[in-house]
Amino acid sequence: MHVCITSTALDPWRELQNYQQQQRHLHGKVGATTIFIGTMRDMNEHDAVVQMELEHYPGMTESYLSQLAQQAISQWQLLDVLIMHRVGLIKPNDPIVLVAVWSAHRAQAYEANRYLMEELKARAPLWKKETLTNQQTRWVEKNSPGHYDAD
Amino acid sequence: MSIKVRFFARLREQFGHSELELPATTASTVLQVWQHCTQQPELAANILAAVNMQYVQGDQAVRDGDEVAFFPPVTGG
Repeated sequence: MHVCITSTALDPWRELQNYQQQQRHLHGKVGATTIFIGTMRDMNEHDAVVQMELEHYPGMTESYLSQLAQQAISQWQLLDVLIMHRVGLIKPNDPIVLVAVWSAHRAQAYEANRYLMEELKARAPLWKKETLTNQQTRWVEKNSPGHYDAD
Repeated sequence: MSIKVRFFARLREQFGHSELELPATTASTVLQVWQHCTQQPELAANILAAVNMQYVQGDQAVRDGDEVAFFPPVTGG
Protein backbone atom coordinates (compact mmCIF):
# COMPACT_ATOMS: atom_id res chain seq x y z
CA MET A 1 0.00 0.00 0.00
CA HIS A 2 1.29 3.44 -0.84
CA VAL A 3 -0.08 6.96 -0.37
CA CYS A 4 1.63 10.01 -1.87
CA ILE A 5 0.85 13.71 -1.99
CA THR A 6 2.92 15.39 -4.68
CA SER A 7 3.46 19.03 -5.62
CA THR A 8 5.04 18.12 -8.95
CA ALA A 9 3.34 16.95 -12.15
CA LEU A 10 1.60 13.61 -11.75
CA ASP A 11 1.85 11.08 -14.58
CA PRO A 12 -0.60 8.41 -13.39
CA TRP A 13 0.23 5.91 -16.16
CA ARG A 14 3.95 5.96 -15.44
CA GLU A 15 3.35 5.82 -11.67
CA LEU A 16 1.05 2.82 -12.11
CA GLN A 17 3.51 0.95 -14.25
CA ASN A 18 6.41 1.63 -11.89
CA TYR A 19 4.44 0.72 -8.78
CA GLN A 20 3.02 -2.50 -10.16
CA GLN A 21 6.41 -3.65 -11.39
CA GLN A 22 7.92 -3.07 -7.94
CA GLN A 23 5.20 -5.02 -6.09
CA ARG A 24 6.47 -8.54 -6.58
CA HIS A 25 3.83 -9.91 -4.20
CA LEU A 26 1.20 -9.13 -6.86
CA HIS A 27 2.73 -11.37 -9.52
CA GLY A 28 0.41 -14.25 -10.30
CA LYS A 29 -2.09 -13.23 -7.59
CA VAL A 30 -3.95 -10.32 -9.23
CA GLY A 31 -7.16 -11.07 -11.08
CA ALA A 32 -8.52 -7.53 -11.21
CA THR A 33 -7.09 -4.01 -11.21
CA THR A 34 -9.30 -0.94 -11.12
CA ILE A 35 -7.95 2.52 -11.81
CA PHE A 36 -9.50 5.91 -11.20
CA ILE A 37 -7.84 9.01 -12.57
CA GLY A 38 -9.31 12.41 -11.78
CA THR A 39 -8.38 15.24 -14.14
CA MET A 40 -8.90 18.98 -13.91
CA ARG A 41 -11.65 20.35 -16.14
CA ASP A 42 -11.67 23.85 -17.65
CA MET A 43 -15.20 24.54 -16.39
CA ASN A 44 -16.93 24.55 -12.98
CA GLU A 45 -20.34 25.90 -11.94
CA HIS A 46 -20.79 27.25 -15.52
CA ASP A 47 -17.60 29.35 -15.33
CA ALA A 48 -14.39 28.85 -17.30
CA VAL A 49 -11.51 28.01 -14.95
CA VAL A 50 -7.94 28.78 -16.01
CA GLN A 51 -6.04 27.27 -13.08
CA MET A 52 -6.47 25.89 -9.61
CA GLU A 53 -4.45 25.91 -6.38
CA LEU A 54 -4.78 22.70 -4.39
CA GLU A 55 -4.00 22.96 -0.69
CA HIS A 56 -3.66 20.14 1.83
CA TYR A 57 -2.97 19.59 5.51
CA PRO A 58 0.54 18.11 5.48
CA GLY A 59 0.59 15.05 7.69
CA MET A 60 -3.16 14.69 8.17
CA THR A 61 -3.94 14.17 4.48
CA GLU A 62 -1.37 11.40 4.25
CA SER A 63 -2.41 9.75 7.52
CA TYR A 64 -6.12 9.97 6.67
CA LEU A 65 -5.57 8.37 3.27
CA SER A 66 -3.30 5.67 4.73
CA GLN A 67 -5.92 4.73 7.31
CA LEU A 68 -8.57 4.71 4.59
CA ALA A 69 -6.48 2.47 2.34
CA GLN A 70 -5.76 0.06 5.22
CA GLN A 71 -9.44 -0.11 6.05
CA ALA A 72 -10.37 -0.90 2.43
CA ILE A 73 -7.65 -3.53 2.21
CA SER A 74 -9.08 -5.42 5.17
CA GLN A 75 -12.74 -4.84 4.25
CA TRP A 76 -12.39 -6.21 0.68
CA GLN A 77 -9.31 -8.44 1.18
CA LEU A 78 -7.42 -6.39 -1.39
CA LEU A 79 -3.92 -7.26 -2.55
CA ASP A 80 -2.75 -3.65 -2.81
CA VAL A 81 -3.82 0.01 -3.01
CA LEU A 82 -2.06 3.04 -4.48
CA ILE A 83 -3.35 6.57 -3.87
CA MET A 84 -1.59 9.62 -5.33
CA HIS A 85 -2.88 13.20 -5.16
CA ARG A 86 -1.58 16.44 -6.64
CA VAL A 87 -1.27 19.66 -4.66
CA GLY A 88 -0.04 23.09 -5.72
CA LEU A 89 -0.82 24.95 -8.92
CA ILE A 90 -2.57 22.90 -11.60
CA LYS A 91 -4.00 23.61 -15.03
CA PRO A 92 -6.91 22.13 -16.98
CA ASN A 93 -6.18 18.60 -18.19
CA ASP A 94 -3.59 17.98 -15.44
CA PRO A 95 -4.19 14.73 -13.54
CA ILE A 96 -5.23 15.43 -9.94
CA VAL A 97 -5.74 12.05 -8.37
CA LEU A 98 -4.94 8.40 -8.96
CA VAL A 99 -6.60 5.56 -7.04
CA ALA A 100 -5.58 2.03 -8.03
CA VAL A 101 -6.82 -1.19 -6.43
CA TRP A 102 -5.48 -4.69 -6.99
CA SER A 103 -7.50 -7.73 -5.93
CA ALA A 104 -8.18 -11.34 -6.84
CA HIS A 105 -11.65 -10.60 -8.26
CA ARG A 106 -13.37 -7.70 -10.01
CA ALA A 107 -16.25 -7.16 -7.56
CA GLN A 108 -13.88 -6.23 -4.74
CA ALA A 109 -11.70 -4.12 -7.03
CA TYR A 110 -14.64 -2.10 -8.39
CA GLU A 111 -16.36 -1.61 -5.03
CA ALA A 112 -13.22 -0.71 -3.12
CA ASN A 113 -12.06 1.79 -5.74
CA ARG A 114 -15.43 3.59 -5.69
CA TYR A 115 -15.45 3.58 -1.90
CA LEU A 116 -11.90 4.98 -1.68
CA MET A 117 -12.65 7.75 -4.16
CA GLU A 118 -15.91 8.81 -2.48
CA GLU A 119 -14.30 8.81 0.98
CA LEU A 120 -11.31 10.76 -0.32
CA LYS A 121 -13.60 13.41 -1.78
CA ALA A 122 -15.77 13.59 1.34
CA ARG A 123 -13.11 13.45 4.07
CA ALA A 124 -9.49 13.89 2.94
CA PRO A 125 -8.26 17.38 3.94
CA LEU A 126 -7.69 18.93 0.51
CA TRP A 127 -9.08 22.23 -0.82
CA LYS A 128 -9.35 23.75 -4.28
CA LYS A 129 -9.12 27.42 -5.09
CA GLU A 130 -10.05 28.27 -8.65
CA THR A 131 -8.88 31.16 -10.80
CA LEU A 132 -11.45 32.27 -13.38
CA THR A 133 -10.78 33.97 -16.74
CA ASN A 134 -11.14 37.46 -15.21
CA GLN A 135 -8.40 36.51 -12.65
CA GLN A 136 -11.01 36.37 -9.89
CA THR A 137 -10.36 33.54 -7.41
CA ARG A 138 -12.82 31.50 -5.37
CA TRP A 139 -12.70 28.52 -3.02
CA VAL A 140 -14.58 25.45 -4.15
CA GLU A 141 -16.81 24.39 -1.27
CA LYS A 142 -19.00 21.81 -2.93
CA ASN A 143 -18.09 18.52 -4.58
CA SER A 144 -19.95 17.16 -7.57
CA PRO A 145 -22.39 14.49 -6.36
CA GLY A 146 -21.13 10.92 -6.35
CA HIS A 147 -22.98 7.64 -6.46
CA TYR A 148 -23.05 7.35 -2.67
CA ASP A 149 -24.90 10.65 -2.25
CA ALA A 150 -28.01 9.14 -3.79
CA ASP A 151 -28.09 6.25 -1.28
CA MET B 1 3.48 24.43 26.84
CA SER B 2 0.58 25.43 24.68
CA ILE B 3 -1.98 24.38 22.11
CA LYS B 4 -1.14 24.90 18.45
CA VAL B 5 -4.12 26.06 16.38
CA ARG B 6 -4.16 25.83 12.59
CA PHE B 7 -6.53 27.19 9.96
CA PHE B 8 -6.71 26.03 6.38
CA ALA B 9 -8.07 27.26 3.04
CA ARG B 10 -10.91 29.81 3.33
CA LEU B 11 -10.65 29.95 7.13
CA ARG B 12 -6.97 30.88 6.94
CA GLU B 13 -7.83 33.82 4.68
CA GLN B 14 -10.90 34.78 6.72
CA PHE B 15 -9.07 34.90 10.07
CA GLY B 16 -5.79 36.16 8.65
CA HIS B 17 -3.47 33.50 10.06
CA SER B 18 -2.53 29.92 9.40
CA GLU B 19 -1.18 29.17 12.86
CA LEU B 20 -1.62 30.41 16.43
CA GLU B 21 -0.26 29.38 19.81
CA LEU B 22 -2.76 29.36 22.66
CA PRO B 23 -1.81 28.96 26.35
CA ALA B 24 -3.09 25.51 27.34
CA THR B 25 -5.07 27.02 30.21
CA THR B 26 -7.19 29.13 27.81
CA ALA B 27 -9.41 26.34 26.51
CA SER B 28 -10.39 22.82 27.51
CA THR B 29 -12.46 21.82 24.47
CA VAL B 30 -12.23 22.25 20.70
CA LEU B 31 -15.23 24.60 20.77
CA GLN B 32 -13.51 26.81 23.35
CA VAL B 33 -10.38 26.94 21.18
CA TRP B 34 -12.58 28.04 18.26
CA GLN B 35 -14.36 30.69 20.34
CA HIS B 36 -11.13 32.07 21.70
CA CYS B 37 -9.37 32.29 18.32
CA THR B 38 -12.25 33.52 16.18
CA GLN B 39 -14.50 35.43 18.62
CA GLN B 40 -17.38 33.43 17.12
CA PRO B 41 -19.72 31.70 19.58
CA GLU B 42 -20.61 28.68 17.47
CA LEU B 43 -18.70 26.16 15.41
CA ALA B 44 -20.79 26.10 12.21
CA ALA B 45 -21.95 22.65 11.10
CA ASN B 46 -19.86 22.80 7.92
CA ILE B 47 -16.60 23.60 9.73
CA LEU B 48 -14.46 20.52 10.28
CA ALA B 49 -12.19 20.14 13.28
CA ALA B 50 -9.24 17.85 13.99
CA VAL B 51 -7.08 17.24 17.04
CA ASN B 52 -3.65 15.81 16.36
CA MET B 53 -4.74 15.15 12.77
CA GLN B 54 -7.81 13.08 13.67
CA TYR B 55 -11.36 14.32 13.03
CA VAL B 56 -13.22 15.31 16.23
CA GLN B 57 -16.41 17.05 17.35
CA GLY B 58 -16.53 20.39 19.17
CA ASP B 59 -16.88 18.81 22.61
CA GLN B 60 -13.56 16.97 22.25
CA ALA B 61 -11.18 17.77 25.13
CA VAL B 62 -7.87 19.45 24.30
CA ARG B 63 -4.64 19.24 26.24
CA ASP B 64 -1.25 20.81 26.49
CA GLY B 65 0.76 20.08 23.34
CA ASP B 66 -2.26 19.27 21.14
CA GLU B 67 -2.54 20.52 17.57
CA VAL B 68 -6.09 21.69 16.82
CA ALA B 69 -7.08 22.40 13.21
CA PHE B 70 -10.17 24.01 11.68
CA PHE B 71 -11.10 23.88 8.03
CA PRO B 72 -13.99 24.27 5.57
CA PRO B 73 -15.62 21.39 3.63
CA VAL B 74 -12.96 19.41 1.79
CA THR B 75 -12.87 19.37 -2.01
CA GLY B 76 -10.09 17.02 -3.10
CA GLY B 77 -10.22 14.47 -5.88
